[in-house]
Amino acid sequence: MKEMQFRELYCPPARYWTGLTGLAILMAMSFGTFLYLEHEGHWVTGMNNQVIWGLPHVFAIFLIVAASGALNVASIGSVFGGPLYKPLGRYSGLLAISLLIGGLLVLVLDLGRPERLIVAMTTYNFKSIFAWNIFLYTGFIVITLVYLWAMMERQAKTLTRPIGFVAFFWRLLLTTGTGSIFGFIVARDAYNSAVLAPMFIIMSFSYGLAFFIITLMSAYLWGDRKLGDLRLAKLKNLLGVFVGAVLFFNLVYHLTNLYIAQQHGIERFILLDGGPYTAMFWLGQILIGSIFPLVLIYAPKYQQSRYAIATASMLILVGGFCQIYVLLIGGQAYPLSLFPGYEVLQSSFYDGVVAAYSPSFWEAMLGVGGIAVALALVSIGARMLKVFPESLEDPDSLGPAH
Amino acid sequence: MTEVTERPDMDRRRLVSITAATLAGVTIAPGVVLQSLAGGKTPNQGVSSQVRWGMLIDTNKCADGCSACVEACNRENAIPSHGRPTTDPQWIRKVKLRDKMTGRVANLPMMCQHCEFPPCVDVCPTGASFRRADGIVMVDRHTCIGCRYCMMACPYKARSFIHENIEEHSVVAPRGKGCVESCNFCAYWLDRGAKTTACAQACAKAGHQAIIFGDLNDPESAIAKRLRELPTRQIRSELELNTGVRYAGV
Repeated sequence: MKEMQFRELYCPPARYWTGLTGLAILMAMSFGTFLYLEHEGHWVTGMNNQVIWGLPHVFAIFLIVAASGALNVASIGSVFGGPLYKPLGRYSGLLAISLLIGGLLVLVLDLGRPERLIVAMTTYNFKSIFAWNIFLYTGFIVITLVYLWAMMERQAKTLTRPIGFVAFFWRLLLTTGTGSIFGFIVARDAYNSAVLAPMFIIMSFSYGLAFFIITLMSAYLWGDRKLGDLRLAKLKNLLGVFVGAVLFFNLVYHLTNLYIAQQHGIERFILLDGGPYTAMFWLGQILIGSIFPLVLIYAPKYQQSRYAIATASMLILVGGFCQIYVLLIGGQAYPLSLFPGYEVLQSSFYDGVVAAYSPSFWEAMLGVGGIAVALALVSIGARMLKVFPESLEDPDSLGPAH
Repeated sequence: MTEVTERPDMDRRRLVSITAATLAGVTIAPGVVLQSLAGGKTPNQGVSSQVRWGMLIDTNKCADGCSACVEACNRENAIPSHGRPTTDPQWIRKVKLRDKMTGRVANLPMMCQHCEFPPCVDVCPTGASFRRADGIVMVDRHTCIGCRYCMMACPYKARSFIHENIEEHSVVAPRGKGCVESCNFCAYWLDRGAKTTACAQACAKAGHQAIIFGDLNDPESAIAKRLRELPTRQIRSELELNTGVRYAGV
């Protein structure tokens, strides 16, 4: 196997700067939105005292979950010893950091008092999973930066594996922490389940890899470099396994709930009569996000189609977004069960009724800003650092183990 | 001729000490005097865990259509209405219920239940959501970053986020955009020696006596006596949060 050459991703300046300018405009609009929200207060958004976390949080959680998953490709290469994955490790690290920073920015910009971020960094309540997450997120960025350095520095080659191990376990912890934000909430029927933590881990595998495949294909198209079929097929098959695993965890989650009489209300709401949430569950999460991609990935007809791989990855991201929306917003829209056995006749605070929520333009703008930041970081990183191999053509011969 | 010695200039030292002592005395003394004149505890003295403030809501006495408690709370804490019910803060709300089996109707006020094990305190990343030694659960407006995780975690939906600029402030209840807030049992009344809250007082004034407020730990208090007589329950008792607010008749 010939030596892999890494080189900065070059593309014509016009293309590069046009792309970057587009992202900069989105980021500026997002920042303007942030200033507007801070000036006016959150009443201009769709969020309220019933649906407390809205669309920005869907974007943020989606990006954070995908970030930890994006690092998996590096882990497979350096921890589990997959030679076809190894050259992809550097980009996997860059994408992971970029997605995480994008997601965190959305989260921070939506705070009621973002100028008090320093308080959050200096005053801790260690019983709070949010406080742990502050360490898990910053730790992830630091560890991934060191990991990236170890992969890129010839003299640090021996360090790659131990740092890869640390990064892998850290990313598992990180997604456990993100899942536990919901898992630890006893108040609401949709949350409060230990299965959410492992489910978030497997969701991260799936979304992270989908993000990775799409951006990898775009980068190689963008930079006119060669990407081998075999490598793509490997990534694609892995993606199929992850999509199946997410479905399995969903099945366990809903079956468990269906067994508990107390949970019948929320299950009925999500699965049958929750209006937009039911539609997003069946159409978005299950059909678009799981069934279609599985067909595109495994149907013999599409075996060789790159278009199918790209479409499947896109659909997985759309489905993943729906899944987090249903869990986060649907879980809040469904009323708290304060008085079992009673019907609420009157309440000024929307007790006993499904809370209304329609996301505002401003919230969407904050979220899009997060994605723009992630993409800009990836573009600049790929242009300035040697993260992409010059060619990812399939190796002529593979060892007997592969 | 000046005598040169190894000894320091003692006069000068004494002058400095006396000046310092006098200055310290002049600075501190008025505070001490005023504090002793004002009587009671100093603001730094803190509250005692020997007291646990609590509330008993007798839903049999809570009148349909009466909102004296809500109005009193809004007035006392300067909680405004912007005509936007989904985002307007509510520290206390009236809820009307019907038993699905028997059809019996009950009215009650809902507010922060002042749990012994408050989920909002557990989840708060900065510790802004806290429980005082005397059982009152409240938010420190100086460390609240507005993440709203406490609102996600509260099993009673008792908290409100401040969605807009606040124009009118009450000196006893400073509030601000971007923070979370909720009922604090009129802590500033209690800290000044009162033994009731705005809502309980208003309910009594309206002639209903549906809200009894007092020290749960004092066996001689009106609330403790009434709790011994009346069967009561905690809302969402299965969560075992040991709430400070108890309900009778639901």
